[in-house]
Amino acid sequence: MSESQVALTQESLDGARGAGAGTHVPAPVSRKARRPRASWRERLEITLLAGPAIVVFVAFVIVPVVMAVYYGFYRWTGDGPPTDWVGLQNYKLIFQDPVFFSAVKHSFAIVGLSLVIQGPLAVGLALLLNRKIRGRSIIRVLVFAPWVVSEVVAGMGWNEMLQADGALNHMLTGLHIFGTVSIDWIGDSHVAIWTLMMVLTWKYLGFAIILMMAGLQNIPEELFEAARVDGASYWQAQRYVTVPLLGPTIRIWAFLSIIGSLQLFDLVWVIWGSTSSQVAGTSTMAMYMRDNGLGSGTWGYGSAVAVVLFGISLVVAVAYQRFVLRRDLSGAITEGA
Amino acid sequence: MAVVTMDPSVDPAPATTRNRRRKDEWGSPTTYFIALLVIGVTLGPVAYIVLGGFRDNSQITDHPAGLPHPWVFSNYASVLQSSEFWNDFTNSVIVAVFTTAGIVVLGLMASYVLARYTFRGRGLMFGLFASGLMFPISVAVTPLYLLIKQLGMLFTLPGVILPQIAFGLPTTIIILVPFLKAIPDEIEEASAMDGCSRLGFFLRMVVPLAKPGLLTTGILAFVAAWNSYLLPLFILGAGDTATLPLGVKNFTGEHSVDTAQILAFTSLAMLPALLVFTLFERRIVGGLQGAVKG
Repeated sequence: MSESQVALTQESLDGARGAGAGTHVPAPVSRKARRPRASWRERLEITLLAGPAIVVFVAFVIVPVVMAVYYGFYRWTGDGPPTDWVGLQNYKLIFQDPVFFSAVKHSFAIVGLSLVIQGPLAVGLALLLNRKIRGRSIIRVLVFAPWVVSEVVAGMGWNEMLQADGALNHMLTGLHIFGTVSIDWIGDSHVAIWTLMMVLTWKYLGFAIILMMAGLQNIPEELFEAARVDGASYWQAQRYVTVPLLGPTIRIWAFLSIIGSLQLFDLVWVIWGSTSSQVAGTSTMAMYMRDNGLGSGTWGYGSAVAVVLFGISLVVAVAYQRFVLRRDLSGAITEGA
Repeated sequence: MAVVTMDPSVDPAPATTRNRRRKDEWGSPTTYFIALLVIGVTLGPVAYIVLGGFRDNSQITDHPAGLPHPWVFSNYASVLQSSEFWNDFTNSVIVAVFTTAGIVVLGLMASYVLARYTFRGRGLMFGLFASGLMFPISVAVTPLYLLIKQLGMLFTLPGVILPQIAFGLPTTIIILVPFLKAIPDEIEEASAMDGCSRLGFFLRMVVPLAKPGLLTTGILAFVAAWNSYLLPLFILGAGDTATLPLGVKNFTGEHSVDTAQILAFTSLAMLPALLVFTLFERRIVGGLQGAVKG
């Protein structure tokens, strides 16, 4: 029932809320009945209040998307109106370009690796930090800080540290465990993707931990205690009681993480740049889009690339909503949809 | 929640007792150790950037992972005296402030309609804004560039501000609608009885009551706008209207050998966002948690 409409986040948020699902029943009809003659006035108010947001949203979100579809059928360098209609030629070229495919491959690898690496780490650390330890709130702030640092700033710092004779190699050498370390973190195509995952984990793990900790606070402690009384060890209780109940939070985090990974640009752009990223195996779909629009001036082709990226994001988002978030939605009937 | 206090006498399994004692005696130091490790890894790169600005280039080359010795203040001083930094800084402030204001004001108005008016097309309107969540700004940046170019707004700050407002609206609306729905009907009825119109109710009651939610969404919007890079890269490039993230990258191009200066510029660029974050940490974290909890 609730899956009929888009309204994904509203519903999934309600889903995460779990028990709160019933609280958002539609406003009583009495409101309408209370002011029977105010309908023209209401319409005016609705227009005045919602109008500006709708205008801005349509003008700068919907219109560009529609225009991209239109431009995508032309060969066009961006000067004057497009005239050179090429039909599906741009799309054909995209799907024949190995550079595009390797970018897509990297993007999806980043999606998968982010989920696999950050998910368990975030749950584990959230469980740990959720314990009543001293300085918990300070720890929470510090862990969260990288999320606030801009990607460009973070990228600059990491770029310096990852140089062959940079801070990271020197520090690892200083540990006297591995001998002299001189890993080519950025250039070596066997290492680069893992370097990127390290930076991404550093940047976004705090956000995941905060979400998980919020989810943990929604789980009634009684369930955990009951499991303990029944003889489960601390970690057993976490594994079989707490983590499953954290399901809705994990699934929403995963959604946000997937969308974020698919649009990854800044960090790779600052640390690798477009050419090195292709060699090192860290180029992303968004970088391919920049290279083939702003970078080359072929705006017709670039628009077609944008449409393809739209399509990919949309398919992933809708598929995730239908197959993964559905069980969260089935409990939450919201009026929004 | 982790510290489960139970009467040992009802504890049926001896294994559990051992488990609990272990946790009490050295489980806690382990927790601290891991927490400290996580913090060290988290703060390392930030500290590297900030401290690197206090070193000179030979220090950085000779001991990449070392501390400032002696402390050098000239890097920060010269960045703070450069017109380039302050030019980019001013642009960033303008972009962040207007983006935030636009998102909060337009978002609140639209959320109020969605939360408290019943009308045909409301589901559609909600779906429209919610669909924006699936189109992050970085995926739309190519067509946005073309639109902004046609509007003659390339290299202007509004060319960045308007799209950022548009793309910031979905999240804001998603967070604010449940917030506004939670305002009891009784308050609205009472103010209606006192002769307050629907709009008056909005201005006199809803805005003050929604302040915590507005603060949260506002801070999130500010930090996002302060840090945004891809759209300004397309719209503003390296010109006079560059914002700080662009400035960091441009500065790196101009001073590629002067690592210490670059680090000083970079750390000054991240300072405002970190400051806002430190001041409002509870709000941001609480807001994100609220977005999950509802």
